[in-house]
Amino acid sequence: MTEVQPSKEVAEYTEVHRHPEPKSFLWKYIFSVDHKVIGIQYMLLAVVAVFVGMALSLLVRLRLVCPECSYPLLGQFFPVGAPEGVMTPEFYLAMLTMHGTVMVFMVLTTAPQGGFGNYFLPIQIGAADMAFPRLNMLSFWTTFVSFLLLMAAFVVEGGAPMSGWTGYPPLSAVPEATVQGIGQDLWLASIAVFCIASLLGALNFIVTTLDLRAKGLTMMRMPLTCWTWFVTAILGLLAFGVLLAAGVLLLMDRNVGTSFFVPAGLVVSDKVIDHSGGSPILWQHLFWFFGHPEVYIAILPGMGVTSHVLSTFARKTVFGYRAMVYAITAIGGLGFVVWGHHMFVSGMSPYSAFVFSVLTMCIGVPSAIKTFNWIGTMWGGKIRFTSPMLYSIGFVSLFVSGGLSGIFLGQPTVDLYFHDTYFVVAHFHLIMGVAAIFGMFAGMTFWFPKMFGRMMNEPLSKIHFWITFVGVYAIFGPMHYLGMLPHPRRYAEITSVDYLGATGAAELHMFITVAAVLTVLAQFIFLYNFVKSIFAGKECREENPWEATTLEWAIPSPPPHDNFAGKVPHVYRGAYDFSLRGAKRDFAMQCNDDKAVFGEPAPQASGD
Amino acid sequence: MGLLLAIVVWAITFAMAVPFVTQTWWMPESITALGDEIDQAFNWTLVGTGVIFLLAQAALGYTVWQFSRPTDKPASDSHGNNKLEVLWTTAAAVIFVGLTFVTYSVWAETRFIEQKSMEPSADRLIVEVTGQQFVWNMRYAGEDNQFGPTDIALIDDAAGNPVGLDRSAPGGADDIMVPEMQVPVNKEVEVVLKSKDVLHNFFVPELRIKLDTVPGLVGKLRFTATKEGKYEIVCSELCGLGHYKMRSFLHVVTQEEYEAWIAEQASYLF
Repeated sequence: MTEVQPSKEVAEYTEVHRHPEPKSFLWKYIFSVDHKVIGIQYMLLAVVAVFVGMALSLLVRLRLVCPECSYPLLGQFFPVGAPEGVMTPEFYLAMLTMHGTVMVFMVLTTAPQGGFGNYFLPIQIGAADMAFPRLNMLSFWTTFVSFLLLMAAFVVEGGAPMSGWTGYPPLSAVPEATVQGIGQDLWLASIAVFCIASLLGALNFIVTTLDLRAKGLTMMRMPLTCWTWFVTAILGLLAFGVLLAAGVLLLMDRNVGTSFFVPAGLVVSDKVIDHSGGSPILWQHLFWFFGHPEVYIAILPGMGVTSHVLSTFARKTVFGYRAMVYAITAIGGLGFVVWGHHMFVSGMSPYSAFVFSVLTMCIGVPSAIKTFNWIGTMWGGKIRFTSPMLYSIGFVSLFVSGGLSGIFLGQPTVDLYFHDTYFVVAHFHLIMGVAAIFGMFAGMTFWFPKMFGRMMNEPLSKIHFWITFVGVYAIFGPMHYLGMLPHPRRYAEITSVDYLGATGAAELHMFITVAAVLTVLAQFIFLYNFVKSIFAGKECREENPWEATTLEWAIPSPPPHDNFAGKVPHVYRGAYDFSLRGAKRDFAMQCNDDKAVFGEPAPQASGD
Repeated sequence: MGLLLAIVVWAITFAMAVPFVTQTWWMPESITALGDEIDQAFNWTLVGTGVIFLLAQAALGYTVWQFSRPTDKPASDSHGNNKLEVLWTTAAAVIFVGLTFVTYSVWAETRFIEQKSMEPSADRLIVEVTGQQFVWNMRYAGEDNQFGPTDIALIDDAAGNPVGLDRSAPGGADDIMVPEMQVPVNKEVEVVLKSKDVLHNFFVPELRIKLDTVPGLVGKLRFTATKEGKYEIVCSELCGLGHYKMRSFLHVVTQEEYEAWIAEQASYLF
């Protein structure tokens, strides 16, 4: 790597931020302030959470195909929710609610940003750590507390809440309306704590990106991963504050007698509820003001990883880098002004639907730019089918499929039919669920050698890719057809609606459940590969096994405590200089100056 | 590997698209003129997104296949193409935003009805629908065409007064409460939507329209059914443990049958 003498300010900064490597286990691995350790902590939390979330989804799937089936083991754990092992409808709804909450908050929000972003943002911009290392540690442990609060909801009296991951009042606000009690409070407390953690994290990401970039690393030279983490952090900063407020207000409605979301005159089971003056629709506005940006919080980092990986393994620079940056920011910005499309049939003023609809359709434009540019990036390239490349190509396919169904739902006229049907379930699972998770698979397999100095087993990763890619389409493709019937969401069984029985919903459900079981089983291949490779994967001490261009590939694997070993990297070029004409190799690292790239003898020998 | 991946992507694309062409799992037949227009909006969207879906997945498959074949040529050093960028940005904007403009009028017809007259009349039937966990309560104004006042203190499910109707007040004596909805064919019907407890959603697939019932708010939907039959009303907003079984029926009958039915219901009152 080419080195330069750091300026006085940089030297001072580096000195201030250099913290000695802790020696004790507690401070090195538990309460670490090292962004790399914290990143891995976030990833491990997400791995635990994703298996919890998948287990919940399996319970949901099992009840849908056989409401009366008994699972004795389940009855042992949940004697109330599943007496003698038979899941009650309220237990079904509780599992559904917790599945959504765990997946959205503890998986889709933690791993892409808190995990990969934490680990690689500082390294990719040439910094020794995040701007506020202690705040970073605090973010993770606050998130962890939030996770514990959420899990506690399973074991308290009444069990987990059943009002859906969107927690619409009055169902969530009036204890008399459901069978659960404190579970809903724990759920709200968990969300509120999570919001605080995410706000802290978002601040850290923004400051780090703006202030700690290496010399020469202009914004327009940043890897697209950094752009997506940066924009995601801005979204988080603006969105989580609103959800925090909403969550606290709802908690107060439940516990101290306020009426923010509960109107007067409610009668639940012949009992008059003592509230007045609130509006259930207010919650929906606040929730979706957070909820829609949340979709992009989940998927933007996956887009960044996909751009990064496609370029690396097509050996070609990102097609239309500038357009990609504009698209990322446009998606982020538009994401804040479309929340009303979740509320077309909520009873809000029908006149606002037009604005929300047009703005929603506008998001299709930067999304289309990204898709075309991904294909454009591979066009004319020399593709290497490594496992991260396969996952990224899978991401593009899933993004297209999941994105286009949004065009139906974004029009109020068509949404009149599809709202709250399985069509919606298919749509958001494809795009914010599995597409985002494919981004994580790509990131994990791509950066694994850097993080652990070992490779993941490539054949196993590829087998996992093939099963999962076909599997998720087999699960979520048919849900569109359920939506056509139209099968409403969140139905514990289909026995009570005549037309569902007559139109083949049961067969589709059976198909989906079989596909889901197989796909979930395949995830153990990945888990096994992940865990085994950490300890016994093929050793890979090479700095740059993928022949990639960005700064993380210019330092040892795994990176030393302060990333660049006290040296300050200098950046000479954009992030994706592949296949430059006249260059010695088919890639030019960001820290290589022209002489190093084009072969004239460099004045000083460089380490790279 | 490239060809295999292309074939899998194409096969998935084909498998996803086929049921939309054969209409294996499909919407029930629409029974209103408005429903036909909504179907039209759906069809436009299906064609537009369908073409993009097929082209994008086909291009993705082709690209990964074509550019993974062994070659001595180096990878292209293209950084992008502004003309193409502008072209597909414009195309996407025209198609996506255009769809909203094309289909929006139907929404206006269905939902911009707040300011119109709410009075029952010879050519408009008004039915008040009140959702509660987990049943639908339908109320007809009765002979006087006047809905009687309600009071939550009078609500008594066991005594058959789920909405707290004051029978002694003017207009209240002849109101008819029923669990299922009957409407005459070819008559404009306005549904007034209310909720007693939590959110519900009034949805009749054959009408193609739905709207949440929100406690504290009054929602309105309007339709004119043109085909006789028995249609299901399903709840489409999570309302609690019995959400999946909260349903009722909409009976579209001839004017004569409707009149006979309403007279029969009225006869139970006295």
